[in-house]
Formats: sequence, structure tokens, C-alpha cells
Amino acid sequence: LIDFCGIELAHPIVNGSGTFDAIAARRTFGDALLADFPFAAFVSKTVTLEPRQGNPPPRLWEQPAGLINSIGLPNRGLRGYLDHDLPALAELPVPLIVNVMGFTRAEVGELVAAFAERVEVAALELNVSCPNVESGLIMGADPSETAALVEHVRPLTGKPLIVKLTPNATDVGAVAAAAEGAGADAVSLINTLRGMALDPRTREPWLGGGTGGVSGPAVRAIALAQVREVASRVTLPVVGMGGVAHGRDADDLLRAGAALVAVGTESFRDPRAGARVAGELADLLSKRSKTTPETGSIETPKTGVK
Amino acid sequence: VSAVTARRTPAPFGRRRGLIEANRAAGAYRVLEVTDPGGPTPRPGQFYMLAADERWGGGDAERPFLPRAFSFLRAGDGRLEFLLEDVGPGTHRLAELRPGDGLWLTGPLGIGFARPEDGRAPVLVGGGIGIVPLAGWQDEIGGPALLGFRSAAHAEAAALLTDADVATDDGSVGHDGPVTDLLAESLDADPDAVVYACGPPAMLEAVRALCAGRGVPAQLAMESGMACGFGACFGCVVPTREGYVRLCLDGPVLDAADLDTALVPGTGH
Repeated sequence: LIDFCGIELAHPIVNGSGTFDAIAARRTFGDALLADFPFAAFVSKTVTLEPRQGNPPPRLWEQPAGLINSIGLPNRGLRGYLDHDLPALAELPVPLIVNVMGFTRAEVGELVAAFAERVEVAALELNVSCPNVESGLIMGADPSETAALVEHVRPLTGKPLIVKLTPNATDVGAVAAAAEGAGADAVSLINTLRGMALDPRTREPWLGGGTGGVSGPAVRAIALAQVREVASRVTLPVVGMGGVAHGRDADDLLRAGAALVAVGTESFRDPRAGARVAGELADLLSKRSKTTPETGSIETPKTGVK
Repeated sequence: VSAVTARRTPAPFGRRRGLIEANRAAGAYRVLEVTDPGGPTPRPGQFYMLAADERWGGGDAERPFLPRAFSFLRAGDGRLEFLLEDVGPGTHRLAELRPGDGLWLTGPLGIGFARPEDGRAPVLVGGGIGIVPLAGWQDEIGGPALLGFRSAAHAEAAALLTDADVATDDGSVGHDGPVTDLLAESLDADPDAVVYACGPPAMLEAVRALCAGRGVPAQLAMESGMACGFGACFGCVVPTREGYVRLCLDGPVLDAADLDTALVPGTGH
């Protein structure tokens, strides 16, 4: 068992927020989903105060070894989440982490306070990084903005607070350090990288939202570097993600300093990817423990040219 | 049996590996015959997410990366048939699969066609590759098939259905003009019909408008780019009068009365 902010997890693989809808998956696959749940904890899709329809289609663009999405955080809003989603998600066999986003500090505070007393909720994740919505960049791109947000919501709940960092920041390590200083319990990264694609016929942006977030194996190397950077700057547990498709990718993120690893886009290709990655990772770790155990952290030359 | 259960066979959890049994030509298209031992029998209109088990993302190949959504042509006895046309990296890779090659399958997914109500006679309208979900449905409920194609080579696929009346864009086979001309004639002759349609967005929109104008109920099997097929990615939304719906969960068959338009940005080729 793994202890993550006081939450017991069966293995280190969770899902990235917004990459798996457990309610829709149960509709599709039935109760087999519960018997064979692929993640050690479930991170739900971002909930906002008011309901959102999301961005106009098209919302997806396949790109080399990845995907650009412009979904726009569709959700039922806080009231709808509490009435419809939370009871269904409480039936999952794993701890529930609720991801929230607000357009102001006060809104985030309202969301955090609403979940603070819910026993169904094990932890909260603050989305300060969604690049699809205008103000998503603001709070997570700047260390002092991030610190001010975490300081505002920290007194509102005793539950673990995870800050989901955006890779679209000048110095992600500084943002992580600011979150730690303001009382966060963990950080998670990377969210998607901002990207775009043009419609080959019209030569205008393909995505209805104009730009979108790039994910998949295409971002794996960026995730590894950012997780390592953040892990070297904070003592908080780090949830690492970005292009994880196999156990070896999770193994790399753990080596870079992650405590947990999230699977995202790969679940679109393989609905049981979380369980598969966890199994492959366990095999790798077990083989290595019999040969040469790894110690310490990754060393990089101080004078190295990037 | 509830109305929805009759339209939907649930999927086993996860993807499973089928084997290509045959890959044969049907005019300008290919028919893939796939073994799916132990897989459930789908309902007409449902679909599968398909990906070759080798050279499909993650390794040497850059694209295709995501699985592709396909309605099944016919199914039963642990076998599935799919129809495809080589138009992009995904369909190109699928088209080159040979007997013995592996195919990842997730499905059956979504909700299929609903049976005709109060004695209305079914009329099936298909355009191009959109004839696919109509084949298994015609096996079950009968009715004439009005099928539109680009060319004579594509129109050879009309043989996959029975009692087909063909129209072509270039006039090389059958009626010279849109398939909706044939539908208008059919509804003139018997307005007590229910229309089941699948095809390119412009055809579906023409069918929707024609049926709406005449008060004829219609069910449209629609298409939208999908990353997952099981509601995870929220990418395949289609605007309806009730707001956006995920086509993989609430479709792919939608009631035409729920739509202001069947033209969805990003669909079609």
C-alpha cells in the first residue's frame, strides 16, 4: 500500500482529471468497471460553480503521437455535481479526488468549502492550469497568483489540497514552490500544453475553441523534465503525468521524483490502460529489486547546456 | 426488454484482440472480416473502436494514434464485419491488414436504431460508407434501401444490402442526382414511413429537412471524431435542442426531431 497525503492507495497509478468519466464508463461497460477498476484513486473531471456546455465542436485533432483537445470543461456545475455525480462516484471502489476550478479566488473558495465536509471526497485538486479557458492561465502561470489562491482556500478545508500545475508557465518550479509555501499538500503535473491545428481545407483553426491542449506520448519528454524540476524544488509529493502509455513511462516519472503517476490520453486508446500500466510497472520494479536497486535522485551536470 | 436495452448491447470492459479473417474488396471499399470470440452480438447502429495491434501509435508510427470508430456491417457467431474506405492514416492502416493480423476492438458501443412505431414502414437511406449500419438493420426489419454513391465503383457496395435503389453523383449508375430525390419519391408514394439514414453530413441534413417538412420521423446514424468511444474524452459532442450530447454515449443514432441541423463542424471528409 502507498500513503499519499494520508490516503491509502493500492498502487501508484491514478487517472489524469478529465481523461476518464467513470459514470459514462459504467454506463458503457457495466459493473465490470467496478470489479476491475483501473486506477488506485479516481480524479473527477473539473467542476465549476456554474454549469458549462463546453466549447463548440470540433474538439479533437489527432497529431503525431498525440492529441490536441479543446473541450472547455463541460460539467453540471457544483449543484449538479453534488446531486448527480457525487453519489455515483461514491460507489467507486477507490478514493475520490475532486478537481475544481473557479474564475476568481472567491469562486474556488466556494467550491473548496462545498466539498470540505463531504465524506465521499478524499482530496481536492485545484485546476489552475487549464489552457482552454481564458482565465485558466492566470492563476497557475505566476507564483504569486498561485500562492494567493492557495492561501485563500487553505483555511477552508482539512482535506489534502493538490495543485495541478500548468506547463505553460515560465518557471514551473517556482510556481510549485509557491504552492508549497502557501500550504498545498501535493502538486500534480503536467497539464496539457497549448497547441493548435489548422483545417487543411479552410486554413483556419480546426478546433472550435481556436487552440487546445496537447497530450499523449508527444509530451512525455516535457513531462519528465518538468516533474524532475518540480520534484527538486519541493518536498511535497508529486503526481506525475504526461504521455504515460506503458509501465516504463511510469517508472521514469517515479525515478524523476513522482510519488504517483497518472494515465490520461492512453485510456482513450485502451480503457483498461491504468491497470495495464500498474501491472507493467509492478513487474519492472520487482525485477529491478532483484538486481540493482536505484538510490538517490537524478543528477544532472550543473554546467550542462539545455 | 426496455426500449433502450433493445437498442444497445453492453460492451465487455476494455479492449480485446480480434483476428482478421479476410480483407476483401467491395467496389471502392474493403470489407474486413474479424473474429471476435466471446464478444457479444451488437445491435444494429452500434459501433466499435478499432486499431491495428501493430504499427498504430506508441511505437514507430506517428499516426494513426487514436482508435477509429466504425459501425459494424454484419455480426454474429463470434464474427464481425466492417466496411472501410482508404481515406486517411487510420483507414489506410486498416485496409492493409491481412488474415492473421491482430485488431484491437472495444465495443459494442453507443445506442442503435429503434424499431418503427405504429405500423410505419421502414425506409433506409444510405450515402457512401454510411450504408454500413443499415445492412444489419435491414436484415432485421426489412424495407427498401435507397443508396447514394459518388461513382459506379463505390456503388458496387450496394450489393451488400438487398432491394437497393441506387443514385450516383456522376449518373454512372441508377438515378443521376442526390439520393434524397429517391427518398422524396418514396415518401410521395407512402408517407406513413419511418426513415433510417446514415451518410455524409450534407446528405443527413437533406434527409432531416425533407422528413421534418413532411412530418416523417427519422433516425440518423451520425459521425463525429472520437478519441475514446466510451464517454471519457468529451470530444464527439453534437449540438441538439437539449444542448451538446456525446455521440458515443447518446448516439450514434439520434432522433432527427432532436436536431436543428445534422451538419456538425468537423465531420465528413
